[in-house]
Amino acid sequence: MRTVLATLASVLATACAAQSQSSPETPLERAAEQPARAPFSSTYAAAASPPTLIRNATVLTGTGARIDGGDVLLVDGRIAAVGQSLSLPAGATVIDASGRWVTPGLIDVHSHMGVYASPGTNASDDGNESTNPVTSQVWAEHSVWPQDPGLEAALQGGVTSLQMLPGSANLIGGRGVTVKNVPATTYQAMKFPGAPHGLKMACGENPKRVYGRDGKFPSTRMGNVAGYRQAFADAQDYMESWKEYDAKLARYEKDKADGDEDATPPKPPKRNLQLESLAEVMRGNVLVHNHCYRADEMATMLDVAREFGFRIAAFHHGVESYKLAGRLAQEGVCGALWADWWGFKMEAYDGIQENIALVDAPEGGCAIVHSDSEEGIQRLNQEAAKAMTRGNLAGLSIAPERAIRWITANPAKSLGILDQTGTLEAGKMADVVIWNGTPFSVYALADQVFVDGVLLYDRAHPAAKPRSDFSL
Amino acid sequence: MKKLAVIAAALLLAPALAAAQDLLVRGARVHTAASAGTLANADVLVQGGRIAAVGSNLAAPAGATVVEAGGRPLTPGLFGGITQIGLEEVNLEPSTFDAELKLTAPAWQHMWRPEFDVTPAFNSRSIVLAVMRVEGVTWGTIAPLAAGSVIIGQGTAVTLDGRTDAALPGSQTLFVNWGSAGHNASGGSRAAQYMLFDQAIREVREPGSSGAAALLLPEGRNALKAYLAGGRVVFHVQRASDIRQVVRFATARGMKPVIVGGSEAWIVARELAEAGVPVILDPLQNLPSDFDKLGARFDNAKLLHEAGVRIAFSQTDSFHLRKNRQLAGNAVAHGLPWEAALAAITSAPAEIFGVGAARGRIEPGQVADLVLWSGDPLEVTTVAEQVWIAGGAVTMRSRQTELRDRYLERLRTGATD
Repeated sequence: MRTVLATLASVLATACAAQSQSSPETPLERAAEQPARAPFSSTYAAAASPPTLIRNATVLTGTGARIDGGDVLLVDGRIAAVGQSLSLPAGATVIDASGRWVTPGLIDVHSHMGVYASPGTNASDDGNESTNPVTSQVWAEHSVWPQDPGLEAALQGGVTSLQMLPGSANLIGGRGVTVKNVPATTYQAMKFPGAPHGLKMACGENPKRVYGRDGKFPSTRMGNVAGYRQAFADAQDYMESWKEYDAKLARYEKDKADGDEDATPPKPPKRNLQLESLAEVMRGNVLVHNHCYRADEMATMLDVAREFGFRIAAFHHGVESYKLAGRLAQEGVCGALWADWWGFKMEAYDGIQENIALVDAPEGGCAIVHSDSEEGIQRLNQEAAKAMTRGNLAGLSIAPERAIRWITANPAKSLGILDQTGTLEAGKMADVVIWNGTPFSVYALADQVFVDGVLLYDRAHPAAKPRSDFSL
Repeated sequence: MKKLAVIAAALLLAPALAAAQDLLVRGARVHTAASAGTLANADVLVQGGRIAAVGSNLAAPAGATVVEAGGRPLTPGLFGGITQIGLEEVNLEPSTFDAELKLTAPAWQHMWRPEFDVTPAFNSRSIVLAVMRVEGVTWGTIAPLAAGSVIIGQGTAVTLDGRTDAALPGSQTLFVNWGSAGHNASGGSRAAQYMLFDQAIREVREPGSSGAAALLLPEGRNALKAYLAGGRVVFHVQRASDIRQVVRFATARGMKPVIVGGSEAWIVARELAEAGVPVILDPLQNLPSDFDKLGARFDNAKLLHEAGVRIAFSQTDSFHLRKNRQLAGNAVAHGLPWEAALAAITSAPAEIFGVGAARGRIEPGQVADLVLWSGDPLEVTTVAEQVWIAGGAVTMRSRQTELRDRYLERLRTGATD
C-alpha cells in the first residue's frame, strides 16, 4: 500500500510540474502529444511488486505437472522460476507454503460480471441487446460496470482473469472482453493486454424463444442456422467491398507516385460495425465462443464454421459435449462446461456429471470448467473437483495436476492468452493462488491471490482485500 | 439396439428400491445427527424399515443383509431443500411444470389462494427423483412458486423413494412471499403486504367483511384458518428489517413462522433465537444480488448457529438437490461446526417441517433412511455408495448413469461421434 501511495504521489508531482512548465496549448495539441492508443484498448499496468518466493508447496503448474515441495519465484510481475530449492534473491519476500498448494490463477471463460452486475437492478440490466437476433456490433465492455462486487468475491475464489460475455438471447450477441480481475475505475484499466475479443454466439432454445414468442425471426432451429449463415454471408460481401477499395487505393497511390496529378482517391466503403466483427472472426482476430447445448447442434455449428472458414474456440454449456467428445478433440474445439448442471430446459435434459471428464479424455481434448454464475465463479475449484471425482469413478484416472488445467491452462487457451498466463512457467504473468490445502476440496480457501505479482488478496488480512465502491 | 431398448425399459419399470428387509450395517463411522454425535465405529440394525439398534457388536438376525462399512461414514438420508422436485420435469417446459397457479381473471384470484396445494401434482416417478436419490437425497420439501403472489399456496415434505403417497404426515406448510419477493403482488409496496394479509385474516374471522372486494374464496378462508392456529408458515424474506417485522406480525397472529432465504438474518439473530424462529438459508448466498440482500455474507450460518438459531440449508433448484451437501461443506469452510452443518441437512430440517420424530437422525425408532459414503459426506470428492430409504436398498441407477455408461462404452470401443 505504501508503494502505491508513493507512486501516486510522484505521478501527481510530475503532472503538476509538467503543467507549470509547459506553455498554454489547446486540448487538441495536448492529445496529439500523447502516445497513440487505440480506442477502448487496455490501459492496464500492474503496480510494482517486490520479488516473492513461495516455498515448499505442492505446486500444480497447469502444464500437467505436480511438484511436491515446490517453489515458485515471482519477480517484476512475472514468474521467474518454478522448481525445488530455488535460491532466494536479495530483498525477496518469502512465503512458507508448507502444507499448502499453489496453482496458476483461475480463469473463467464465461462470466456476465459487470454486464449483469450485483445487485441486479432494472437500471443495470445490460447483458442482452435483445432487439435484433444479430448484434455483433455491440461490445460487452461498453456495458461493464467495474464496481460489480461480484469481482472481489471471484478474486477470493482465486479467479485472476475472466471473460465478460453478452447474454445468449441473440444468435450473435456481440463481443466479449477478457479482463484481469483487478480493482479499477474503468474497464480499460482491467482489460487483459493483447487479449483478442470473443464473439458470443448462441444455438438452440434461447434465440428462437426470445424472438419467436413475438412472431419474429428466428422462431425455429432452422431459422437460427439461416440467421448465422446470412450474417456471415453479408460479412463476406463486406470484406469483398473493402478488398476492392484496398485495390483501388493501391492503384491510386501508384498513379500518384507515378506523377498522375488527376488521380482521385477512392471513397472507402461505409464502416458497418456489425459486419466488421464477423469479418474479424473470419480473419481469425476474434474468437468464437458458442453457447450450444446439444451434440447435433454443435455438429451443425462446426459445419457453419467450415462453410465460412472460421474456427470455434469453445462450445459453452455443451451439456451433450460428451456425445461428441472425439470430434471436438479432433477439431481442436474446447468444451466450456458445468460440472453438474442439467434439466432446466429440454436442451439440458441429457446432462451428466462425467461430461467434463469425457471431453477431457480423448487425445487433444480441451475441457474447461466455466461458471456462467456469480456464485459458481467463486468455487471453480470445487466444480473441477466434482468433475474429477466423477471421471475417476468412471475409470478415467484423472489426477489433480491434470484436472487443474480445466480452470487454468485450458480456459487461457480458448481465450488466446495461454502464451501470457494459465500456467506456472518462467516468463508468464505472475498470476498465482496459494490455497490452504488441496484446491480439490469443499474446505479449500484461497489464502493469497497474486495478479501480475501483486498480492491482491490475503485471507489473513481481510481488511486489505479490494472492495468496490458499491461495497463501502 | 434391441438390447439397449430392453435396458431402458427395465430402468423405467424397475422399482426404485428393493423391498425393505432386515439390514445390519457393520463397522461404520456413524454420524447420528442426534445428541450422540459421531460414533467412530458402530453398527446400525434395521428391522421392518426402521432403525432397531445403534451400537457395537450387534448381532445380525437370521436372513438379514449384512453390509461391512469398513469405517466408511453412514449418515441419515439427506434433506434436498425446498424445491419443485416432482412438480417439474423440465423447468422451461410449461406442460411439465405444476408449481405455479396462473388463473387469470380477475388477477387477484391467483394471488390470494392459500388453498392452492401442490401435493397432488407430485410425480413420484419423475426421472429427477432417481437422479437425486442415488446421491443420498432421500427427502425434501415441495413448494409452490409464484413471483406474482403474496400467499403462494401450500406444500409438504415428501419422501423420494418413489411411492405414490409420498407426503410425510404433519409437514403441511403454507408458503408466503415477503419483502421485495412479494412486491409485484402487493401494489408495489412491501407495506401493503401487512395491510392485505390483515384483510385476509379478517375475512377468515369475519366472512363477508370485505364485501365484493374479498381477497379470499371460501376454500381459501378454510385453508388459511388452520395456519392461524399455530400452523407452519414459510416466509420467503431476505432483508433484516422485513424479517424482524414479519416475525412479530406472524407470531402475533397465531402463525409459526419459518424464515427462508434470510440473507440478512444474522443481523437479527438474537431476536430469531429468542422467538424460536428457524432459518432455512443458502450458505453460498454471499453477494448483494439485490437490495434486500446488501448484508449477505459467507458466515451467516455460523453467526445464526452461534446465536442459537435453528438452521437448515436449501438451494432453490429442483435439478440441484444433490448440491445441498456442498452448501453444508462450504458453511463449514466459513466457520460452522461440522456437526451443525450435517444437522442443517438432516435433523434440523426434519424438526422444522414437523417430521423429526420419524426422520433426520440415526436413532432407534427412526425410519431407516441411510446413506453410506465413500468419505466425508460434506466433501465434493465424496459420493454416496449405497442409499437406503425406509430400509429398502435404493437401485443405484438413474437416467444419467444410463447415459454415462452408453457413452463410456463408445469411448472404450472408439466408436466415432
